[in-house]
Formats: sequence, structure tokens, C-alpha cells
Amino acid sequence: MATPKKDTLLDWYRQMVLIRRFEERCAELYQQGLIGGFLHLYIGQEATGVGAVAALRENDHVITAYRDHGIALARGLDPKAVMAEMLGKRTGVSGGKGGSMHLADRERHFWGGYGIVGGHLPLAAGIALAAQYEEKDEVVLALMGDGATNIGYFHESLNLSAVWKLPVVWLIENNQYGMGTSVERASGAKELVRRALAYSSEDGSGMKMGPRIDGMDVLAVHDAVSEAIEHARKHGPILIESLTYRLEGHSMGDPQRYRTKEEVESFVESGPIGRFRQVLIDKYKGVESTLDKIDEEALQAVEDAVEFAQNSEDPTYEDLISHVYVD
Amino acid sequence: MADRPITIREALSAALREEMQRDERVFIMGEEVGVWGGTYAVTRGFLDEFGAKRVRDTPIAEMVIAGSAVGAAMAGLRPVAELMTINFAFLALDAIVNHMAKVRYMFNGQFTVPMVIRTTTGGGKQLGATHSHAPEVLFAHFPGMYVAVPGTAYDAKGMLKASIRDDNPVLFVEHSTMLQRRSPVPDDPDFVLPIGKSDIKREGDDVTIVTFGKGLEWSMAAAEQLEKDGIEAEIVDLRWLRPLDLEPVFESFKKTNRCVVVEESLPMFSVGAEVAAQLQNEMFDYMDAPVKRVAAMDNPLPYSREIELMALPDAQKIVAAVKEVV
Ligand SMILES: Cc1ncc(C[n+]2csc(CCOP(=O)(O)OP(=O)(O)O)c2C)c(N)n1
Ligand SMILES: [Mg+2]
Repeated sequence: MATPKKDTLLDWYRQMVLIRRFEERCAELYQQGLIGGFLHLYIGQEATGVGAVAALRENDHVITAYRDHGIALARGLDPKAVMAEMLGKRTGVSGGKGGSMHLADRERHFWGGYGIVGGHLPLAAGIALAAQYEEKDEVVLALMGDGATNIGYFHESLNLSAVWKLPVVWLIENNQYGMGTSVERASGAKELVRRALAYSSEDGSGMKMGPRIDGMDVLAVHDAVSEAIEHARKHGPILIESLTYRLEGHSMGDPQRYRTKEEVESFVESGPIGRFRQVLIDKYKGVESTLDKIDEEALQAVEDAVEFAQNSEDPTYEDLISHVYVD
Repeated sequence: MADRPITIREALSAALREEMQRDERVFIMGEEVGVWGGTYAVTRGFLDEFGAKRVRDTPIAEMVIAGSAVGAAMAGLRPVAELMTINFAFLALDAIVNHMAKVRYMFNGQFTVPMVIRTTTGGGKQLGATHSHAPEVLFAHFPGMYVAVPGTAYDAKGMLKASIRDDNPVLFVEHSTMLQRRSPVPDDPDFVLPIGKSDIKREGDDVTIVTFGKGLEWSMAAAEQLEKDGIEAEIVDLRWLRPLDLEPVFESFKKTNRCVVVEESLPMFSVGAEVAAQLQNEMFDYMDAPVKRVAAMDNPLPYSREIELMALPDAQKIVAAVKEVV
């Protein structure tokens, strides 16, 4: 796979830093009581989201679970409108009716974050079916957690996609835990990608078993997902697994009794952003000042987003009752 | 064009065929809809006529049948997904309630979900407790979707066509023991009934019977018996549990001042409960007697014929309930 240009790499770096700063700010706003409900941060998983979404064409599709801020920002949603959604404002991407778990942007073919574990997997199959039915050259990237691979929806959706040869890349973001339950304690298969074998035949038909990727390496993720997308475009569904780690709790207020501080620390050092920054520094002499500038701009973009959100109007009674049905 | 007496099965077939001919985006999917021709033979011949792209057999996988129809509808197709019977819709409850009915609202109108889930309901066929539910009222609980419960061939055709053409998601519930019932139905391919309109199926001044689906058949039989005793029942067929149109019920009640609600569902938290509550709120001044409810017994349905029938409503039970209030 051709190495992306410098501008592209810097843009990925920008996205990863933006996501990190955005999430840190969300945590603060949550502590201040300005964000309500459940808040699931993407901290630690930035390389997976950014690398995977970057592999999509504009007319391809992406759908994910409730840990969706990173995917939304990587897909180019305006941080202002995303932050406004966090604060429940009518300028939010979902008009303040979805919240942190339910961001979407139809224009950008971002079909949403979904709060029911696995609930979006059949939707992904259906979106892919529509593309196939209308003979559009479009692929669906469906992200899910490791925990979602244990739910019935996973089995039914992957199997149907294999039977109908749907253009879907099923991407497991294996951050090692579903809430407090590790993969070892929840899944018969430790290498989750092996589940693809259940929907494939020896002659290579059905679901393709894709690679397990180093999900902390944005370049590796991008390469693997790009290949997977080409496979899906030409031949049908493929399952891939990105090995990553969530550096914060499952959601806010998680006492994290299921893992040690040392374990978390060990992943902080190999965190995706620091790693990628080093790659860029090694590759491009004197790039530090550019990276520093990107860091500052990300901070500013998040502050602008917060300001925009705080100055936005609350939804009204009209918003409460609109869009239940098509009028 | 003249109306022709056809069965409910034929009416459903005709509605589906006409809508598939009219709009390329309409397709059907579900267990045994294609090669088999539909478990209830509604889609017999469709595979030959429309091909495998538009007549899609699925694995036995209710969650993804419903859920992928939601995704396909969001992405611009107009799926008609079939769940073999409503008993199996329980497996798809999340896809129906959390996704089919909610994605439009939750994402602030960004998505439209123009789809229909067809399914069959009802007991009385000696299939035991898991296969004999009539739980359509459960689904009527949720805003964001419609629930259709036709009781005649005329309604089945006009309502199914309306459901397919509408941009909102519809759970379309057919009664498995009524598919052979016959009534005159227009051939006109643009015969479409409005969504959410009840219908007076029989006029009378003495008591208002509110019902739907199979209850319509029992109520009509009861009305004939009551007529012999000089009691004229007015029968309001709800046709839709959501949107629920009680205006004709209120109008009728102003005249009869008495009401019996008839349904096959279980009695607790039922259509009867809803109608009774709304009547006492809206029509208190017109009330001459308590609202009576005839429903299935609050009990699972058994296999053995006699005791199964014992647990279900019938014309006699309706007659008895009416006689308590007139
Ligand atoms: C059907 C369902 N069951 C349970 C939950 C509660 N729940 C929310 S997130 C979660 C863990 C999911 O883990 P995983 O899929 O690995 O995603 P991650 O949170 O790690 O991103 C659970 C059990 C839910 N939202 N939906
Ligand atoms: Mg996880």
C-alpha cells in the first residue's frame, strides 16, 4: 500500500489530537454536570477510529456503537455541533435528542452511534443491502466492541452478510473489555476475528477472515482497513479486529475494579498519539513545530466548540415532539 | 372497476404485487417468502415474477430480518419484511422498538424508515402456548411506528398498500385463521385506505362493540344473535391500533351509552383497558353502564381443543357481556 502523503499524515495526527482533547474536555464538562447521561470516551482508541475512517471514500458508509465521538470527528462532523449534542442543545448533530451515544450525520454517511450493544449490526447489513440493490459502488464500515461479538445480533448479521455477499467491513474494536468483563471471561474465541470462520467455507466463499491489527498504530489500521474495504467492494464481507485499549473507564464513574493501574499504565506509554507523533518526527525533520501548532489548534477548536455549545439554545417543546413520525 | 370477492390471502398478495410493480424499491424478505411461496402462501409465484433480488429468502434470524430492513429503509429502499408469525417477533423486539420506531426521532429526523413488517397473529389452532399469542397491542405501545390489524379482505388490501406507500414504519398484523375470509375488493391499483381510520362495520343503537382483527368476526356473529333478541349492536372496527382512532367510538357511544370491547389479546393492559380509560375520560356524561371487556383468559393457551377454545373469546361471551350492560 502506498504511504500516504505528509499532509494526509498530519491530518490524521490532527484528528487524533482533536479527539483526545475533545474527550478530555467532555470528561470535565461531565464532572461539572453540563453533560448528562452516559458518557463513553474514546481515549486510547483514536488510532483505530481515525485510521479506519480515513480508509473510506466519501460515498462509503460508517456506523458504530455508543462510543462514537471519535468516529464522528474522524468522519468530519463539526466539533461544535458534536459538542452541542453533548450539552443537549438544539444545534447538536441530533438536535439534542440523541446525546453522546447517538450522534449521526446523514450527509456524511455517518449512520450513527447506537446505545444497544449490537443493535446497529443488522442496520449495517441493511445499509449494505441498499447499496448492493441499487448497484452503487459503496461499502459499509461497521465498528463494534469486543463485547458486541457475543450478542445474537452479531451472529445473525454476519451470517446474513455472508449469505448475501454484502459489502460490509465488520471491524471489532477489541479494547479488551466489555464494561468490566475481559474478552477471556466472555468469549469462547480469544482471537475474535476467528469467528469469521463460522460464516465461511474452505473454498473461500462467505465471510473472509481478515487480520488482527495493531490498533494503536494508525498506519497499520489504515492499511488493513483499506485492504478490507477493497475486499468488501469486490467480494463481500470481511471481519477484522483491531487490538486497542481504552485508557479511561467504560463510562464516567467506573471504579475500574476489573483491571490494575499497572495494566493501564503499560498502555499509556504505548498510546496511539505519542507513538504516531514519534513516527512523524522520525520521518520528517523539523516537524515538531508543526505538530505543536496542531496541538494548540486542537485545543482551540475544542474551546470554540464548548463556547458554541454553551451559547446555543436549548431544545423547545416543538423539538420534543418533532420527528416521531414523518408528517 | 368492479369490486370482486376475494380472500384476505388474495388481497394481501394483490397489494404486495401491485406495490412491487409500482415501485422498484419495494422488495420482500423473510423466512420462506421465496422458493416456498410464503408460509401462508401469500407470496406464491413472486419469486418467478420478481426474481431473487426482490424476493429474498432469509436465514431463520428474526433480529436481522427486522434490523436489516430498518437499515435498508434508512438507506432509501422500501422493504416489506415478513416475520413468519408474531410469536417470533419477540426475538426482533429490540430491532422493532429501539430501532425501527426510534431512529428517526433519536437522530432528529435525519432518517426516514419507510418499511413494513408483515406478520400473522392469533391462537385457536392447537399450537400450544408459544405459538398462540395475539400480542399486537404490545407493539402499539410505542410511538414512532404504526400497527395495522385488518379484519376483512377489503381492509387488508387497502391498508397494506397504504402501509407500503407511507414513509413511516408499520407492523402489519394478519390473522392466521382468517386468510380464507372473502369480501369484495376493488381491482383498482390505486385503491388505498387512509392510515389510522376506524370503520363502522355494523350500525346499531343499543350498544357499541369496539374490536379489531379476529374480534370482528366474533362480534359480527354475536350481533346476529343479539338482533334476534332485539338488541342492535354498532360495531366499530379499529383497523389500526396506532394511530388509534376513537372518534367513531365516541360518536357511537353518544348514541348507545354502552360499550363492550372485544379482542383476542390477553385482558390485562389491553386495548380494552385503553378504550375504557379513554371513554371514561371523554364520555363520562354519556355513560349508562360500565365498559365491558371480552378478551382471552388471563392464562397461557393450551394444546387440547376444548380447553383452548374455553380460553378464547367467542360470540357467546360477547353476547353475554352485552346483555350485562343493556
Ligand atoms: C443489549 C445491551 N446489553 C447491555 C448493555 C449495557 N452495556 C453497555 S456497554 C456494554 C459493554 C460493551 O462492550 P464492548 O462491546 O466491548 O464495547 P466497549 O464499551 O468496550 O467500547 C454493556 C454491557 C447494552 N447497552 N446493550
Ligand atoms: Mg470493549
